[in-house]
Amino acid sequence: MIESLEGKRPYPRIKPPYFPAVLGLYQCPTIVNNVETLCHVKHIADMGGEAYSRIGTPNNTGTRILCVSGQVQRPGYYEFEVGKVTLGQLLNDVCGGPLPGRKFKAVIPGGSSAKVLKFGERYKGKRKAGAEMVDYDWSLEDVPMDFDSLALIGSMGGSGGVIVMDDSVSMVDALANINAFYSHESCGQCTPCREGSQWMQRITTRMVHGEARPEDGALLKSVADQIAGRTICAFGEACAWPTQSFVQKFPDEFKSYAETKKNDPDARAFELV
Amino acid sequence: MIAPPKPDLITVNVDGREIAVPKGTNMIEAARLAGVDVPHYCYHAKLTIAGNCRMCLVEMGLPAVDPATKAPITDAATGKQKINWVPRPAIACATNASPGLHIRTTSPLVKDCQQGVMEFLLINHPLDCPICDQAGECKLQEQSTGYGRGYSRYIERKNVKPKRTQLGPRVTLDDERCILCSRCVRFCKEIAKDDVLGFTDRGSASTLTCYPGKKLENNYSLNTVDICPVGALTSTDFRFKMRVWFLKKTPGIDPESSVGANTVIWSREGEIHRITPRRNDEVNDTWMSDSGRLLYREVRSPDRLVTMKLDGVAGGLDAAAASAAWLFRTGGVALVGSGRSSVEEQFVCARLAAFLGAPVFLPSRVGEGDKLLISADRNPNTRGALVTGLVPALPGPGLGDLAEAIDAGRIKTVVSVGEDLAAGLTAGQLAQISVVYVGTRRNATSDAARIVFPALTVFEKSGTFVNQQFRLQKFAAAVPGPAGTADDLVALTKMLAAAGGAALPAEINALWAVLAAEVSALATALYRNIPDTGLLLDRTPWAALPFVEGETLHFKP
Repeated sequence: MIESLEGKRPYPRIKPPYFPAVLGLYQCPTIVNNVETLCHVKHIADMGGEAYSRIGTPNNTGTRILCVSGQVQRPGYYEFEVGKVTLGQLLNDVCGGPLPGRKFKAVIPGGSSAKVLKFGERYKGKRKAGAEMVDYDWSLEDVPMDFDSLALIGSMGGSGGVIVMDDSVSMVDALANINAFYSHESCGQCTPCREGSQWMQRITTRMVHGEARPEDGALLKSVADQIAGRTICAFGEACAWPTQSFVQKFPDEFKSYAETKKNDPDARAFELV
Repeated sequence: MIAPPKPDLITVNVDGREIAVPKGTNMIEAARLAGVDVPHYCYHAKLTIAGNCRMCLVEMGLPAVDPATKAPITDAATGKQKINWVPRPAIACATNASPGLHIRTTSPLVKDCQQGVMEFLLINHPLDCPICDQAGECKLQEQSTGYGRGYSRYIERKNVKPKRTQLGPRVTLDDERCILCSRCVRFCKEIAKDDVLGFTDRGSASTLTCYPGKKLENNYSLNTVDICPVGALTSTDFRFKMRVWFLKKTPGIDPESSVGANTVIWSREGEIHRITPRRNDEVNDTWMSDSGRLLYREVRSPDRLVTMKLDGVAGGLDAAAASAAWLFRTGGVALVGSGRSSVEEQFVCARLAAFLGAPVFLPSRVGEGDKLLISADRNPNTRGALVTGLVPALPGPGLGDLAEAIDAGRIKTVVSVGEDLAAGLTAGQLAQISVVYVGTRRNATSDAARIVFPALTVFEKSGTFVNQQFRLQKFAAAVPGPAGTADDLVALTKMLAAAGGAALPAEINALWAVLAAEVSALATALYRNIPDTGLLLDRTPWAALPFVEGETLHFKP
């Protein structure tokens, strides 16, 4: 956005300098905020910082707007104090649980670039609670919807877009859709993201068009590994993480996709976004 | 000579080797100083940093210090200061060396990054090396050999983009080969100051093109071809003409103006195929003009003089020199020297003029400077004429004084070294005098001349020019002259000898022994010892002269 305002092609800037707040528009300190942040500012100004910081949980204060989409009874926008609701409560109690006759399979907790989480997984370890470390042993449903907990289990709070997939969903089809999106969105400035996002898209598109190979999952993962951490901006991670996590958590679906596709009488190629 | 200020040196560690580098050096250059190549595409030493190719990813670490006390933390295992390695790879082009910086360029992570980027760059590349002009000097070829995996895992279809787009009169673009490094875009914006190139579309579909209604037609457009690391931008003139590995490289100097841009002349079997710039950070950086690149065509020009002329009858070199000497005997000789002649030729001209007592005229050539690599003085060697004493002061325009002297009957014979007298004399005046012409191409002077020595172009002879900075720069013969021609130095020394003057050697190294002994400004120089980047002469004797040049790259009047 800053580059556009300066009349340049809207490419992400090389870092450092790291933040527009230090050197932004015309190399002057600039604040760039999203709508959610500005909504919080209104409340912080109203209540005072200290009162506001008591909302939520320690280190994860304030509220979060969670946008639940996908296969739940009542998708929609829900605002919670950060960390005061678990994923299970959110999906089962607030959103009314899975559609009739279905079971939850996977959820992306923070927008499509966040790593996917698989129902049935357990997460164990030590976490910080205030000053001390405490043990935790969670099923996916037990995970509190706050930044630290989601980071702890290998995903992220991200944008708050919770995408729910039930057992009717093929993970390959879902990834094909996500990859089509990221390939289209890549700005093209730096090599790994520009070429890698498109390559991953071409692989998953080929797979859903009936040309899947058993080795495609491993190839996808390897391509994604060549992108993450090596790009100018965070889009590299954003486009690599879905592929990395989908293949890592559902390797069998990728391996057997060719067979599944062949045996499914309803199977047909579909329009990707 | 004033010594350049010493840069602040800092110590960095490249792959375990300590090396001192100037402060502010980026990691690519620091590694280069340590003898380590960091592969890269978008980085160019003379352009701003883009950081988009990601080929120069390296591992970087800084010495650990205690955050509270700033005291160095020692690694118990090695006894040395601990290095905090950054977990993510960093691009070496955009990171400046800081004291104690450590970089690894060959670690498994770095190798994996390089292989990944190479693979990405090649998946949509057409791999049409067998028909690509860049083959042999292509960074994609070199670095895929050096840093790639050696096989492809890509089975999808490749991008389809425009082929053979004419970006301008001299540059052809193949978008499928383009790796979107943006060097050409930055060159046009930053160096040529003609911002005509840009990318359209997004992601892997990004396409290099000219802005609507614009053309890449500035006089520096071919530099984009030089800096293109792949075969995307090609010279329309050179395209499909010759494989670069067959070509012989000879160092040259652009004779267009007093800037004296350093060049490489690429030839094969006596034929020049292209001219490209040669890096000289004090003169032309890595650039040169388009106009200078096309000058090689004069070598094969249809009006090239290849026959010795001796009063209308063909004759040998010695006979021509003897005839010239016969003309000199009657007295009233004038010499028209040239700011296009080399220092050596000007020196022999000065000797000849002094021996004959001939007044010397030297027409100036002044145009508009472009503030980059073409200066207002279009003679490449005006200062050579001053240094060798051919002329005592800056030459003026035209040949008015000579015309007057001819009209007054004082001048009967004129020796012209490469200058067309028709530029200052009328046909009537030309008819009144006997002309001895040493030149390369047919013109009114060669037609009117009684004696013609067909001479060599700047590409066929060795010599030196003194540029606007008083920098003595040498060039070497790239190709032999056509049959029938003779080196200007041979023609001039033979004339001098035939007229009875002291013999001078025509061989350049032997002549330089005389030059160094007799010309005080050149006392420390010898042709074979002049460095590739030139030798700065003491300019103080001529500092007060009103030279015509304005500011150009690396030159302030």
